[in-house]
Amino acid sequence: MSDFGILAFGAYVPITRLQRGAIHATNKWFASGLGGLAKGEKAVANWDEDSVTMAVEAARDVLDGIDRTRVERVVIASTTLPFADRQNAGIVKEALNLPDAVGAMDVTGSQRAATSALLAALGGTETTLLAAAEIATPKPASEREMTSGDAAAALLVGRGTPIATLVARHSVTVDFVDHFREAGAAHDYDWEARWVRDEGFARILVPAVATLLGKAGVTGDAIDRFIVPVAVKGVPEMLAKQAGIAPDAIADTLAPVLGHSGAAHPLVMLSAALETAKPGERILLASFGQGCDLMLFEVTAAIGSVKPRLGVSGWLARRVESTNYAKYLFHRGLLQLDRGMRAEHDSKTALTALWRNRKAVLGLVGGRCTKTGTVQFPKSEISVGGNDHAVGTQEDYPLAEVPATVLTWTADALTYSPDPPSYYGNIDFVGGGRMMAEFVDFAGSALDAGAQLRMMFRIKAFDENRGFRRYFWKAAPAF
Amino acid sequence: MAKGIRDKVAILGMGCAKFGERWDKDEDQLMVEAYQEALADAGIEPSQIDAAWLGAAFDAQNIGPSGIPLAMALRLPDIGVTKVENYCASGTESFRGAVYAVASGACDIALAMGAEKLKDTGYGGLPVRTRGTTHDMVGITGSAPGNFAQLASAYRGVHGVGKDDLKRAMAHVSVKSHANGAKNPKAHLQKAVTMEQVLNAPMIAEPLGLFDCCGVSDGAACAIVTTPEIARSLGKTDIVTVKALQLATSNGWEMQGSGWNGSYFHTTRVAATKAYDEAGITDPRSQLSLIEVHDCFSVTELVTMEDLHISKEGQGWRDILDGFFDADGELPCQIDGGLKCFGHPIGASGLRMIYENYLQILGRAGERQRQDSPVFALSHNLGGMPNQNVSSIAIIGRADA
Repeated sequence: MSDFGILAFGAYVPITRLQRGAIHATNKWFASGLGGLAKGEKAVANWDEDSVTMAVEAARDVLDGIDRTRVERVVIASTTLPFADRQNAGIVKEALNLPDAVGAMDVTGSQRAATSALLAALGGTETTLLAAAEIATPKPASEREMTSGDAAAALLVGRGTPIATLVARHSVTVDFVDHFREAGAAHDYDWEARWVRDEGFARILVPAVATLLGKAGVTGDAIDRFIVPVAVKGVPEMLAKQAGIAPDAIADTLAPVLGHSGAAHPLVMLSAALETAKPGERILLASFGQGCDLMLFEVTAAIGSVKPRLGVSGWLARRVESTNYAKYLFHRGLLQLDRGMRAEHDSKTALTALWRNRKAVLGLVGGRCTKTGTVQFPKSEISVGGNDHAVGTQEDYPLAEVPATVLTWTADALTYSPDPPSYYGNIDFVGGGRMMAEFVDFAGSALDAGAQLRMMFRIKAFDENRGFRRYFWKAAPAF
Repeated sequence: MAKGIRDKVAILGMGCAKFGERWDKDEDQLMVEAYQEALADAGIEPSQIDAAWLGAAFDAQNIGPSGIPLAMALRLPDIGVTKVENYCASGTESFRGAVYAVASGACDIALAMGAEKLKDTGYGGLPVRTRGTTHDMVGITGSAPGNFAQLASAYRGVHGVGKDDLKRAMAHVSVKSHANGAKNPKAHLQKAVTMEQVLNAPMIAEPLGLFDCCGVSDGAACAIVTTPEIARSLGKTDIVTVKALQLATSNGWEMQGSGWNGSYFHTTRVAATKAYDEAGITDPRSQLSLIEVHDCFSVTELVTMEDLHISKEGQGWRDILDGFFDADGELPCQIDGGLKCFGHPIGASGLRMIYENYLQILGRAGERQRQDSPVFALSHNLGGMPNQNVSSIAIIGRADA
């Protein structure tokens, strides 16, 4: 048995589940044909989330209880990366407070980005943290708006005790353009679904699956789980039938409860499958986009030895229903509201200061006085009052994974927030350290002095004048 | 402790512009309005002023940098003019500069001006402000009500006060200030309100409703100070002197340490203790005649009564509901309407408070004059937010007290 493979898995799904019926209720006067898709719900990222923040949360999910210094390379895969020229994986690395001596790479440009990155990691020698995240902004009243959802997944791939090893792989590359999005464009352009099904999925995936099975020396009935991250109904069933894979091996596409999370979806589905996988199971993972990537995994006896913090099922259980389609549109920049003068505040970031303070800002690293043990945020040359005023005694003290409680709070309707009122207050970290934090993902009534918190990596502000986004940590209800 | 400045400096004259939405005036015109009153009260010529200080907080939006705006507006005789900024304590800070200059003997006569033209910023409430490149990356871009509202959640938790009880006490603060402001022709808001109006007002920042928040105003206030000896030589007989001036600035303990519980202002407690020592006051609850405190929000006034060691800890809300701080109570607080109704042009507020105390001590406060001959009057400013702030205290009184 190889000692190289998938070592651990995790995921992230935003808390808000927009009801598809609410989308249709607004748009049916215009697009009545979407009624058939107006069932269930889709996960939508908050205004302060993007592919980077979601990748960070998925990575934290996979790294729960794992020594982070094992990570030698950070890869993030997405077609919706926030920066075209600033390494997005580098931001993830800083947020995870990993050592500087790690490699990093962004993989993008196709719905196969995540599986191609996974194949690269599996074919390499380094222990790679691979996170895939997607936040889609389909055109309002489109079919894609109904079927898509925002999510992320992450895998730790490398040497150790794998929970799943790669048995066979097969890739096909052809410039089959079923949909596309020009660089910098907001929305995808989609071609007819039936053509995509018949000429794409059927003609490209069917023979590719057969080839993979041949490479592995197995027949379809040897497959225990068949992961086909395709939003079009009937396609997984058609592929399974052609390949001789049992219908009950077809993995849940999560369409009714999450939606299709684009390039991230193969990994989201794989992560979900690994939650319940048994030793010896064979998992066939497919992805589609200008060809396809196919991988056959065998689950090892080590499955169950590692668990994500929440995993897909845990994140799906953490949900707040929303029927506020207008709020969703506003958060995606599809509805212009009068934001008032307070939204005009210039959020220019001094890149010099960001570099100097990157550990505190991106990694939420505070200081601990080596003389008194007192923890503070941020770190400072002279320790805070009550801490001996010791000079130059502070060592790095990461706070992102430390639980906290609410000391004071308010719900501020005056300050500008894309999601008013703005909740914020002073929080105390368990074991010391205090800061003023914004609260996220709170249903108002749950917030009170003493409430327990968990920190989350989010967008703090947008510098709209210069196209920069500022990240920092916010406090969410403990989970 | 240092010897302090008790009775070393006298107020020679004071003036205050009408506060409010002064659409008709620029900041320099408001400063002249306050200055002319102060100059006439002092009975001196501009050429007798040795130095001046200008307190203004939101310079970028209106007045501009340096002491030049004050020197130009008043056409001062090429003397040293310094601009100071210390959040909402900026007015008292300018007073501190002028008073210390006289107390040191460096100046015979010095002028302090505080001014702000908030209504040219276009905001309802205070404008959004940067707190520096590094802070902006990790701090909150909240609003002033949002920052101060947090006192309430902590106060309730620490002292076990019910939400409704605290809300009623806060409402009483606002009802009182509106009643007082109604008697003040220079106040921004001159209309009384009822308890029901306050309790049922729209929420600004939980639990602060509209009437729990002070006005955002244009205004200016001015003081001319000298030594008591010079004041007498200029013919003054009824002399008001400075008894204490203290300032405390957060060093980060509240926000970064862990001893603070969020329900009070650490700096006010420090500054108050020092101010009473400097002024020779041993029992502020009985010895003070009048107080003007930084009632930017009703809950701020409430906790300040405890921070000034006037109410017992956790009992301030009861004193408020008992009417202890009403205009006809034992220790009137905001007899001029306070920040709440006189208004809050940031840089002018500290001097506006001293102005009211000065008028009251001299018996010149008109319809709102306290009839029991005030002796010691305290004014208090808070700048920043509960977890990181500056707190200033000025006590003035009769020279012979």
